[in-house]
Amino acid sequence: MPDDLIKLANLSFAWGEKVILKDINLSIPRGSVVAIMGPSGVGKTTVLRLITGQLSPTKGTVEVDGMCVSSMSHKNLYKMRRNIGVLLQNGALFTDLDVFENVAVPVREHSNLPEALIRRLVLIKLEAVGLRGAVDLMPSELSGGMARRVALARASVLDPSLMLYDEPLAGLDPIGASTILRLIRDTNDAMGMTSVVITHSVEDMMELADYAYIIASQSIVGQGTPEQLRENTDPRVVQFLNGEIDGPVPFHYPASDLHQDLLG
Amino acid sequence: MSKTNSNMDAITKPLATLGRSVLFFGQILAAFRPDAKMFRAILAQVYFIGARSLVIIMVCGFFVGMVLTLQSYVELSKFGATDSVGVVLALSLFRELGPVLTALLFSGRAGTSIAAEIGLMKATEQLSAMELMAIDPVKRVVVPRFIAGVISLPLLSMLFTLLALAGGATYAINIMGVDSGIFWGNMVSNVGFQSDFMMSFWKSLAFGIIASFIAVFSGYFTTPTGDGIGRATTQTVVVSAVVVLIVDFLITVLMTWT
Repeated sequence: MPDDLIKLANLSFAWGEKVILKDINLSIPRGSVVAIMGPSGVGKTTVLRLITGQLSPTKGTVEVDGMCVSSMSHKNLYKMRRNIGVLLQNGALFTDLDVFENVAVPVREHSNLPEALIRRLVLIKLEAVGLRGAVDLMPSELSGGMARRVALARASVLDPSLMLYDEPLAGLDPIGASTILRLIRDTNDAMGMTSVVITHSVEDMMELADYAYIIASQSIVGQGTPEQLRENTDPRVVQFLNGEIDGPVPFHYPASDLHQDLLG
Repeated sequence: MSKTNSNMDAITKPLATLGRSVLFFGQILAAFRPDAKMFRAILAQVYFIGARSLVIIMVCGFFVGMVLTLQSYVELSKFGATDSVGVVLALSLFRELGPVLTALLFSGRAGTSIAAEIGLMKATEQLSAMELMAIDPVKRVVVPRFIAGVISLPLLSMLFTLLALAGGATYAINIMGVDSGIFWGNMVSNVGFQSDFMMSFWKSLAFGIIASFIAVFSGYFTTPTGDGIGRATTQTVVVSAVVVLIVDFLITVLMTWT
């Protein structure tokens, strides 16, 4: 059994001419919670979509569980995804279904379990995120944090071996955020999963993650355990971890000379 | 340089859309599975689409029937041919107005809401979430709505025609005083099953495919923003209307050829 569940090797990705990622090497060991951090718009979500096979790398390979994602057939890709739970940024609950049906969707789609069993399965998952009482609510009646927890229950309902979280804390109040953090750690350890968390909230991740990568300006600029990262002296890492306004990641979006732009 | 580019765009963009729609149509056909799950989903959509369009179809049908009778009665009375008012009414309804007006109303009422619904599901990442759960969104979201539209439009068209006949009959018999026996009798003996009723059916089936496809296509390939969804709904109505009217002409030419 290989130790790394996910392996990105010499990976590059570009949208047309615009290079997003360049020569990324990244591996995620089984059973761990790994954070992928970096400033907004740097291509963190792209990494997630490369792992799930929604995007294909321009160069290099993505391996999940020893299999190359980019060369998979559509059928095998869907088969692989059954083993992956993904929590998208806003939860992406189905707005026409209530909480129960939302969580039941993957079960109904991928199994022929009897209704009574589905009900138990869904209720157990909702209990784990503390929302068994909200089972009959519609997504529009949920707060942001609750919607995120329902989405977490839905993503983990088939007991996947890999969970991917895209900005799980974005837009949550402190209580909601720490609830999600707890749940990420608990589900990971209780179910023996591997978790990848994509985020820009530094402090929370330094507490949660076993290992972290920092992506900036198209490549990985720092990696290590939270302690190692704190001691990292690379200016790009220091700027990101301390939230400094200007640095290697410039405050200004590239532009022509201001004087010339204003006065012609 | 940029001028050439925009000129090229004017040619390549419609071609790309055409190519994409052919592929998407193939994808829809390939994703169709006549199993219980899909049957239930289609049934639910037929209910939604039917319920959404029922009132508008019935009200419009009734008034179209009345105004059509009024207009033709005035002209026919100049030739003393008011006995044929039922025939004129039925023929224009079966051959043209029933299927065409129903298709236009359908795309305005149901088509737009299908496009907006799918577009919004795309914008809120629900389609993406499905893909990530290994659920094919074409199979679960697009196909049921498309098939339901194809089933609904002929039914709605029949209802429209029925209500229009009722409206026309009400006006002709109760207000203008045409004899009801003559009104219905002439109609029955001059409307053919194959030439008129089936033409109505084939047309509404074709329009159902066109209007439903344009609706799901516009929604599925919309730019996932508020602006994009707005454009998708407008596009649904405009493109459906143009294509329906062109295809209407082509079908009529084909069916009256012999």
